[in-house]
Amino acid sequence: MSTDAVLYDHPGPRARARNRILTVVFGVLLLALLYWIYSKFDDKGQWAVALWKPFTEASTWTGAILPGLKNTLAAALVAMVLSLAFGVIFAVGRLSDHWWLRLPSGVVVEFFRAVPLLLMMFFIFFGIPFVTEEPMSNFWAVVIALTLYNGSVLAEAFRAGVRAVPIGQSEAAYAIGMRKGQVMSQILIPQAARAMLPVIVSQLVVLVKDTALGYIISYSELLQLGVNNLAANFGNVLQASIVAAIIYIAINATLTAAASWLARRTRRSGRVARPATGRSVLVGVGGAGGEAGAGA
Amino acid sequence: MRITRLAATFGAMALVLAGAACGGSSDKAGGSGSGGGASGIVGKAAGGKLTFGVKADQPGLGLQTGSTYTGFDIEISKIIAKGLGVPESGITWKTTVSANREAYIQQGQVDVVVATYTINDARKQKVNFAGPYYVAGQDLLVPVNSTITGPESLTGKKVCSVSGSTPAKRIQTDHKDAQLQQFDSYSKCVTALAGGQVDAVTTDDIILAGYASQPQYAGKFKVVGKPFSTEPYGIGVKKDDTAGCNKINDILKAAATDGSYKKAWEDTLGKSGKPAPELDTSKLTNCS
Amino acid sequence: MSVFSDPTNRDVYVTGFLWILKLTLASSVCALVLGTLLAAMRVSPVPVLRGFGAAWVNIFRNTPLTLIVFFCYFGLYSTLGFTTSNDLELNNYWLGVVGLSVYTAAFVCEAIRSGINTVPAGQAEAARAIGMTFRQTLTSIVLPQAGRAVIAPLGSIFIALAKNATIVGTIGLMESSNAMKQLINDNGNAVFAIFFVFAGTFAVVLIPTGYGFGWLADRLAVKR
Repeated sequence: MSTDAVLYDHPGPRARARNRILTVVFGVLLLALLYWIYSKFDDKGQWAVALWKPFTEASTWTGAILPGLKNTLAAALVAMVLSLAFGVIFAVGRLSDHWWLRLPSGVVVEFFRAVPLLLMMFFIFFGIPFVTEEPMSNFWAVVIALTLYNGSVLAEAFRAGVRAVPIGQSEAAYAIGMRKGQVMSQILIPQAARAMLPVIVSQLVVLVKDTALGYIISYSELLQLGVNNLAANFGNVLQASIVAAIIYIAINATLTAAASWLARRTRRSGRVARPATGRSVLVGVGGAGGEAGAGA
Repeated sequence: MRITRLAATFGAMALVLAGAACGGSSDKAGGSGSGGGASGIVGKAAGGKLTFGVKADQPGLGLQTGSTYTGFDIEISKIIAKGLGVPESGITWKTTVSANREAYIQQGQVDVVVATYTINDARKQKVNFAGPYYVAGQDLLVPVNSTITGPESLTGKKVCSVSGSTPAKRIQTDHKDAQLQQFDSYSKCVTALAGGQVDAVTTDDIILAGYASQPQYAGKFKVVGKPFSTEPYGIGVKKDDTAGCNKINDILKAAATDGSYKKAWEDTLGKSGKPAPELDTSKLTNCS
Repeated sequence: MSVFSDPTNRDVYVTGFLWILKLTLASSVCALVLGTLLAAMRVSPVPVLRGFGAAWVNIFRNTPLTLIVFFCYFGLYSTLGFTTSNDLELNNYWLGVVGLSVYTAAFVCEAIRSGINTVPAGQAEAARAIGMTFRQTLTSIVLPQAGRAVIAPLGSIFIALAKNATIVGTIGLMESSNAMKQLINDNGNAVFAIFFVFAGTFAVVLIPTGYGFGWLADRLAVKR
């Protein structure tokens, strides 16, 4: 019996029968729903070979999907690095002892957390050029918007993480003669980063998904090349979207899996201060990324 | 010890990141080095290479399939390249979208833009136009059995166009009694038309004809054929490149008489059944 | 600010935010109900339900909302024939609500699940000891305690939802992001004013909302 059965008794014969009935009923309903969807797709000719065949051809992948994926990952990667840096800098700013650092950092973080990413991208791409009189590269418009938003969310995550580090840690550090900067960079931030890893990773997943908004300002990412361009050729919006969705799910599932592997490793090394709440109703859920803001 | 701990944390993060991405870091590394304004396209063409900015998602005009481009705009580009002495192998195609055509010319990311590019005064401030090589007009694409006969019969109908585009705006202001559906691309509009979610798609007739002639929509749609605007398609070059602009106009004049213009049409949009238009060389811009 | 003294422009602005408001309200109710149901499934004794809940979360949480909204239009509406109104805008609105709800429900589900995780095991064990069933344990003992713990995360999820509502603009609803784009296109000289009015509206509403949720979470926290 697994440990997560704290919520219900070990099923006896009646409970087992009831669970079996529920399984069958729900399973049948689910299959019926899937079949209905399948047949509706069939009615509308969505399974037509001509609509799916492009995905078996190499040129579709080398000419549209892979270049799009490359641009998606490029924007995501650059924005991830910049967001993490932005997050650490502004978290430290908000935790500073000086009000003239704390206040502006707070304003920046709160503002960019509250503004929808789409508005931000529109503004950077269509608005800034009116002022600078220089065209805005859509790559940087995507990256800057992603950095400002996700960086602000990460700043809050880091800040919460730093505040959760037991006070004894920094007291001990000061006691052995470390300066403020050293305490922050060598004692607090590393522990905060590890403790907040699930939140950080789910924010990075949000970031990867948010690159999809780039197509709205014509950045040639996965949706632009893999959905719009393919659909212009073959009229298969739905099919192309399904393929793109599978690719996104694969990327993000990999990212999440890598993160939980990492979390297990760090936990085994025993360096993370565990919250002293003791045993809980569910074991092994560990708030796996549920808290972070649900981005686009 | 401390250093290793910090390094471990960020190293670990880097690992997560690296695990997620295997691609390069930037696609915008090169650019072709802007600022060669004085040379112009005639000078550049002497080197045997030119970069053309074209549309990638408009069947019949500029459509990217894999790594090849096809369409009327592509054929026109080839005529221009040939006239400038650039072999087909010396042409680099670059995808442009409506929002970045001026920027690409100004930055020198492309040398020539042939991308369903309507000549208008606002754009003339930023780029120089040769042409027009075709005069399009806003029209309606409808199912073959539709009762819609023109913009006046749109009352209560659902019309689809690309958000923020001039055709969409014209529907909003001149045909308020129609319901406007906006998407980011015409391919989505046409999909919605095929599914019956909208009653008509509106944009330049030539773009509509391109969709109507695609194999998957053969025999399903028709272009109404009552254009209600005038959209002269021009060929954009840098603002100060008067010589290049004049040269392109000369090439167009030659193409109108030697039959290559007609052939370009028949190889592409002609397949929609629309007869080749006359290229009116008296209307060409003066490149000032 | 002269842009907003024009009544037509003001109308565009107001209509845009009204759509955001309606989308947010309708979707947060749907997402809360759906998400709670999914969370219950994920901790239930029936493996099929657990699998369904997990699949839902993994699929919808990892797909860009833009794509989900497309699926609502081209899958749910075009192909499956789901439609609510002959009025184009209203129909798109409800499609947007469906998209936002199924997406946000995945996040709500995970938030509630980690909320359940904050409830000490003894609570559930005691409930079972006095003979409560799974449903009773969950609804009378665990969820009420978990509910208090999830107020803060739910708050940030709903705030994210309000911002995500702008994405429904991709199927043509004239919500605030499309409204802003239109105003910028028409009044290029007033770009900054337009952006700061739109962004400012979001900030003025959402920042206090965030602090409100934080305050509420503190007040209602189960003191252990």
